[in-house]
Amino acid sequence: MFDTFAFATLPEDHGGLRQAVREIIARHVATLPLERRARSWQGFDSAFSRALGAAGLLGLTLPTAYGGGGLGPFERFIVVEELLSAGAPVAAHWIADRQSAPLILNFGTEAQRQAYIPRICRGELVFCIGMSEPGSGSDLASVRTRAERTAGGRWRVNGQKIWTTNAMHSDCMIALVRTSGTAADRNAGLSQLIIDLKAPGVTVRPIVDLTGDAHFAEVFFDNVELGEDALIGSEGEGWSQVVAELAFERSGPERIYSSVVLLDAWVAHLQALGRRDADALVGRLTAELATLRAMSIACTARLALGESPVVEASIVKDRGTTFEQDLPLAIADDLAAHPDELVSADLYRALMYVTHIAPSFSLRGGTREILRGIIARGMGLR
Amino acid sequence: MNELLSPFDGLLERLATPEAIKAIETGASPAAMWRDLDESGFLDALVDEAHGGSGLALADVEPLIAAAGARAVPLPIAETMVARALIAAAGIAAPRGPIAIAGSAQAGQTVPLGLVAEHVLLDTGTTLVLAARDDLTPAVTGVHRDLAARITWDGAPQGLSVARPDHGLRPIAAVLRATLIAGAAARLTEQTTAYANDRVQFGKPIGKQQALQQQLAVMAEDMIAARIAAQLGCAAGLTVSPLQAAVAKATASALAPRIANTAHAVHGAIGISEEFALQLLTRRLHEWRLADGSEGYWTAVLGGARLADPAPSVDWVRARVFA
Repeated sequence: MFDTFAFATLPEDHGGLRQAVREIIARHVATLPLERRARSWQGFDSAFSRALGAAGLLGLTLPTAYGGGGLGPFERFIVVEELLSAGAPVAAHWIADRQSAPLILNFGTEAQRQAYIPRICRGELVFCIGMSEPGSGSDLASVRTRAERTAGGRWRVNGQKIWTTNAMHSDCMIALVRTSGTAADRNAGLSQLIIDLKAPGVTVRPIVDLTGDAHFAEVFFDNVELGEDALIGSEGEGWSQVVAELAFERSGPERIYSSVVLLDAWVAHLQALGRRDADALVGRLTAELATLRAMSIACTARLALGESPVVEASIVKDRGTTFEQDLPLAIADDLAAHPDELVSADLYRALMYVTHIAPSFSLRGGTREILRGIIARGMGLR
Repeated sequence: MNELLSPFDGLLERLATPEAIKAIETGASPAAMWRDLDESGFLDALVDEAHGGSGLALADVEPLIAAAGARAVPLPIAETMVARALIAAAGIAAPRGPIAIAGSAQAGQTVPLGLVAEHVLLDTGTTLVLAARDDLTPAVTGVHRDLAARITWDGAPQGLSVARPDHGLRPIAAVLRATLIAGAAARLTEQTTAYANDRVQFGKPIGKQQALQQQLAVMAEDMIAARIAAQLGCAAGLTVSPLQAAVAKATASALAPRIANTAHAVHGAIGISEEFALQLLTRRLHEWRLADGSEGYWTAVLGGARLADPAPSVDWVRARVFA
């Protein structure tokens, strides 16, 4: 079963990518406080993303003709691994680099590619993804936001998106909307539109999360007028495009390293104290990290062969987020099992931040239950 | 590697039928099964070509070892392959019979498949000794149908001395166990999925129940994790470091009982019966989990080394496990 999902070796980093990322991290990230680095994915820093773009470290897998690196999934793995393991604030380019640009490359017109991809590769254009709605979470096919054709083939959008990561910082949203039929038509009649979030009729309201951050938002569309060129891909094909897009989101090392800054801080704490009663726990977490890394590289190897490893990516994501969620709980228990031991304020804040935000790890990009349904389908159970 | 795996697995399918396995577990002679295995030539796969072997790497034969695990073969195929390679490298002609391996110098230890082995390759801590099994006063464990033997000796174990790998036998033995676990896990996942699609309750196959689908999806994840961790260990070859072995064995050992439990939970009562073949694999999963160090042993080894180094976790793993 899933016989091709097997150990693979990460090729040599001939381009010196790791070193290039490390130099930028040393300048921009190493001095950030622990709790900022613990935010990694959620950390928004336009200057950092532009620095990566200027160094040629964004759009690595995109063609050079559009300003990309013309490299493969393995090179992207190396860069992402370096960024996330350092806790770099990647939010300003993350979605555009990982999902929006590949989507535009695969399904967009030549004009759309020229308009968006080079700016994404420079770290200048921030994207968000409009999928969830108040009545539409895991059941994406039930979206109600509507786009209608108006005179001259233009589009008029009405509706609402919610839980949209970084909408308040974004220039554009790629939204899944209904362009024909009703919710009863399920995944038929859906399309993807690129919505300029500066357009009249768009209202973005940040939503504060349980950590006090506002990393997501609700977005309202009130008769938003868009040009003919807002449609990405084919009208009515939004569903299959979204499925392809989610495969980008679910693969890669991003789903194993969200809590690794906290792991490093805890290991440093144990080392500073010389405490050795946690060897087995450190070993367990290290073994899980190593196995997940090997699984992630194995999944990347399928991407590098030009496949779309949907089941493999779902396995890595489900397992990776389980690890990321377990990590703060295990560390908290270890620390509090030593009530007479001093824990620094930095470590405590980072620990509690990761603890509180961790439930989101297995929500974004497809819930655990949805992923396991995909795996079960791959096993021939559905 | 399919050109090797397919004939080898076909051989195992023919030789190691559930009936043949049960017969050997209840005292029948394994000699005929062993003769066919030995004559196939596969057991010399890891022996270098200068000594008449195939000169393959451990990673090349990983699918064969996993297949031996998947078929619950009641003979030490993987152990003999490794033992023959180490013995040949020492310039000694290996005996042709089955060889078990013992990674501990402790008298009284339990050695998997010790009852069907003719020799035991034993790590004394300073050298390897190829001892005749009968010189080690083999005793049954008393566990139902167990082919493991408790071995002991007076003074020092006697036999041919073979050069000891830098880290001894335990890391390589642990990688073999991890690979056997991964092979059994793959077979159990297939069998359990097929059973869920076949078994009808409440008017439909139980595999259509979301609760079972979610459990089986986790079983598949566990199976893949065990496979890839074992392959990581095999990729390091016969000189596998304790840290690489630790990742392979800690992962596979921790997952073995989860996989066995789901297999039994889905199969229901029939899976507990002696007659049904499921138990051939689930009993072995528990044995292999403990053999050559459980997850508790290997996580302590890994964690101890990790804490001795100030490098960040990902850098450390890259340098010490993936190098």
